[in-house]
Amino acid sequence: MRLELEKRAQHSSLMTVISPLIAIVLTLLFGAILFSLLGINPGKALYLYFIDPLTELWSLEELVVKATPLILIACGLCICYLSNTWNIGAEGQFTVGAITGSILPVMFYDLEGPYILPLMILMGALGGMAYAAIPALLKNRFGANEILTSLMLVYVAGLALDWLVRGPWRDPDGYNFPESRLFSDSAVLPALADGRMHWGAVFAVVAVVVLGVLLAGTLKGFEIKVIGSAPRAGRFAGFSQKRMVLFAFCISGALAGIAGISEVAGSIGQLRPVISPGYGFTAIIVAFLGRLNPIGTLLAGLLLALSYLGGEAAQVSLGISDKTTRVFQGVLLFFVLACDTLILYRIKLVRNSVAQVVSGGTNGQS
Amino acid sequence: MRKILGIAAAALALGLGASASLAADKLKIGFIYVGPVGDHGWTYQHNEGRLAIEKKFGDKVETSFVENVSEGPDAERAIERLAREGHDLIFTTSFGFMNPTIKVAKKFPKVKFEHATGYKRAKNVSTYSSRFYEGRYVLGEIAGKMSKTNTIGYIASFPIPEVVRGINAFMLGAQSVNPDMKVKVIWVNSWFDPGKEADAAKALIDQGADIITQHTDSPAPLQVAEERGVYAFGQASDMIKFAPKAQLTAIIDNWNDYYVARTKAVLDGNWASEDVWGGFKDDMVDMAAYTNLPEDVAAAAKDTAAKIESGELHPFKGPIFKQDGTQVIGEGESLDDGTLLGMNWYVKGIDGQLPQ
Amino acid sequence: MASLDVIQAIILTLITASTPLLIAAVGELVAERAGVLNLGVEGMMIVGAVSGFAATLQTGNPYIGILAAILAGVLLSILFGFLTLSLVTNQVATGLSLTLLGLGLAGMLGSSFVGTPGVKLQKLDIPFLSDIPFIGPILFGQDILVYVSFALVALVAYVLFRTRIGLIVRAVGENHTSAHALGYSVIRVRYLAVMFGGGCAGLAGGYLSLAYTSLWVEDMTAGRGWIALALVVFSSWLPGRLLLGAYLFGAVGILQIHVQAAGWPIPSQFLSSLPYLATIVVLVVISRNRAVARTNTPACLGQPFVPDR
Repeated sequence: MRLELEKRAQHSSLMTVISPLIAIVLTLLFGAILFSLLGINPGKALYLYFIDPLTELWSLEELVVKATPLILIACGLCICYLSNTWNIGAEGQFTVGAITGSILPVMFYDLEGPYILPLMILMGALGGMAYAAIPALLKNRFGANEILTSLMLVYVAGLALDWLVRGPWRDPDGYNFPESRLFSDSAVLPALADGRMHWGAVFAVVAVVVLGVLLAGTLKGFEIKVIGSAPRAGRFAGFSQKRMVLFAFCISGALAGIAGISEVAGSIGQLRPVISPGYGFTAIIVAFLGRLNPIGTLLAGLLLALSYLGGEAAQVSLGISDKTTRVFQGVLLFFVLACDTLILYRIKLVRNSVAQVVSGGTNGQS
Repeated sequence: MRKILGIAAAALALGLGASASLAADKLKIGFIYVGPVGDHGWTYQHNEGRLAIEKKFGDKVETSFVENVSEGPDAERAIERLAREGHDLIFTTSFGFMNPTIKVAKKFPKVKFEHATGYKRAKNVSTYSSRFYEGRYVLGEIAGKMSKTNTIGYIASFPIPEVVRGINAFMLGAQSVNPDMKVKVIWVNSWFDPGKEADAAKALIDQGADIITQHTDSPAPLQVAEERGVYAFGQASDMIKFAPKAQLTAIIDNWNDYYVARTKAVLDGNWASEDVWGGFKDDMVDMAAYTNLPEDVAAAAKDTAAKIESGELHPFKGPIFKQDGTQVIGEGESLDDGTLLGMNWYVKGIDGQLPQ
Repeated sequence: MASLDVIQAIILTLITASTPLLIAAVGELVAERAGVLNLGVEGMMIVGAVSGFAATLQTGNPYIGILAAILAGVLLSILFGFLTLSLVTNQVATGLSLTLLGLGLAGMLGSSFVGTPGVKLQKLDIPFLSDIPFIGPILFGQDILVYVSFALVALVAYVLFRTRIGLIVRAVGENHTSAHALGYSVIRVRYLAVMFGGGCAGLAGGYLSLAYTSLWVEDMTAGRGWIALALVVFSSWLPGRLLLGAYLFGAVGILQIHVQAAGWPIPSQFLSSLPYLATIVVLVVISRNRAVARTNTPACLGQPFVPDR
């Protein structure tokens, strides 16, 4: 008995809507079994995972806070991956953006005024962009594979941040503990509501819209997709692969940099040795989960943020360990990814190569 | 259906906060951990403290924890969640949780917070930390007597005052019995990477160290010492199981008594914001059994520990000189807590340069 | 400081540090040669580490532990294969999710083993030969997995470039449509390649908990799976160059530790970042011969394949 896939003549628009629902149902089923096996009330656990974070204004805001950097970074990564440029160093660009964006509030801490924040964001974006340009230039100039260089630069950026906050940028009144001084009020991103939701969320939405329009309705968007899917055709059309590599890296680096400085100026309020729980890597999942589409990354980012918040709630209320949450998260992602297959393919269960359709796609024959 | 409604109602009640909570008569105590409970080091010992509370107070308390909380943006949310879900006492067990703890404490004036190793307090925020350096002084003294090569290997995590203080205390202890002692320090830039810690231990032994001590969390360096036939000291917990022939003693982080005492204070209604920096005297630092040592060395170590406990001996008693020879304090004085808290210089006799 | 003893010690330590990277990377190299990018190496490694540790503890025999570690890696890789090959899910996202799953799973499985000393895989110490000064301990005094790692590299290099099987694997990775047209089962070849990769990743994890150290703590792989992935790219999919990359990375890492122990006044963060910087620099130098990189990159890497009948 084996699985066989049959390509649909066109995208199933029905499945585009239904597949995430099937994924959710399957995840709920799996979760119910998993938690029952662990001796935990499955109804309660699943409620905590998926509904509880949505029942309060506070946790809705926290959901946005958690999703903001993921969406910002993932949006930029969409451009990279669509154009076949393999930036997996967004975590490093995030870190460098946070560092360069923090130059003003750390070194010129007594400055005040409304111009500081825009400058910080700009410097963060430029920092992330410059750092992302390194693998792009190494690829264009020397042919060095960008997967390796961008990943290695992640570790270097982390150590650079570590050196700064333990050394020159250490808070002089902080008993030599490794953190920078707290940012002054004019260097903190204003909140949007009562809680911690800050202007970073607005940047994320703007990024989604701008990149959505860029991809769907401009020549540049067309160029990105052509170079990604048919490089030879792109060359005939006169598109430069090298320029595209640099462009994709710069855009994604800038967005990661903005995410970095927004996180530091919005959620944390100072520079610390650890400023990201791996956002740059999680964003890669978000980008693909969102089908490399900016609107999709918005939804995927929120879904992933929900699973983190839900996992935390389950940990506190039911004592479900962090490990179980990671397993559950992994399985949730598997189901979502697998169900996406239904959009492009019909799945058949074939018995002993006799083409006997046991279960087809739900929309039967076409 | 009724079940689902019931769950929804219960969850709603939880959401409304402590007053409406079903478990209102139980004291709810929350913990925020920076690492996994299974790190067998820092977080593991704090979790032991949590279990001690449960054991001591049984039905009167209910504890919960969030592990692997990144010291970045996630910390504030995790702490606030505990506060919102009706926890009356919250322990935040890493330095990086300091500012988030203070922020959340402002929003929840009725909840009591305990922050480990920080320096910012508030009416409802206590700080607590442990004078591990007392134990390290004793380790240094033992090392000074046991080393044949006069060289100690020190595996360090990050150059923060806590770690620097430990290195200095160790060196002063060693110098008190053996003025020619040398300490080689390797910074692995991680609290927690068994492979790298083992590599560092090997490198130190290869460069002539015959006693290994560490300020990182895993038992890997002790296993290396055991294999190579040199001595070592356990860290955070008694690691004798990992190195029955190599471990001389270990510094044990003991949070149990403190956690139980603070819980009792809340139950009795007399909790107040304090700054506790406890050592041998308060049982926050314990020494594991002295093993693999000649009797006189073990006896001397016990004696030194007792003197530190009684206050007769201060590990940082003068005269103390910095690496470059400048005198910090003279005879008859000892360093004050403020200087200790922010220590960022090596004492005389340590070769390497402190990363700045 | 550069006495012969210290040099020997450095070499011995760097072999231990490089071996897990090499084993994990050579497995991933095969998977990628067949056109499958599995970013779940870290997850498979950590599950291998806990499985190997647990099985060794139960049986007292580290060799059974090694088998358990391999088996665990293979099982996870079959799950990955089912998703990416049978259900054509996106390989990048699936691999990253596999890492998440693996880290969680390992933590769950291992929670009862924290704080328990394990059984160490002993070195082989070949009689007489290992007594030869200097090179004896280096060449003849290692644990079995070190020899296995070299054998794996040689085997993979031989099979990939000198046998029909290797030709098929490379054909599948280079152009799956043609390979399919020629009558090869692309999916089956890829399944086997992915399982080989998984087994190697599991074995590399087992090396960490059985030979590198003999203990289990959560997250003990500490990012080595990612380094292994990067090394495959570094090698431009050539096994020989992979050997160079893994040992270069290990060597710079160990040297920086020795430099610190010798007391050089350089910020430790800078020294810690040296292995990463050195890898970039060497990659740039060897990439200047672009023909090598281009001809070796499997053209179908990461591309989904659905046979049409």
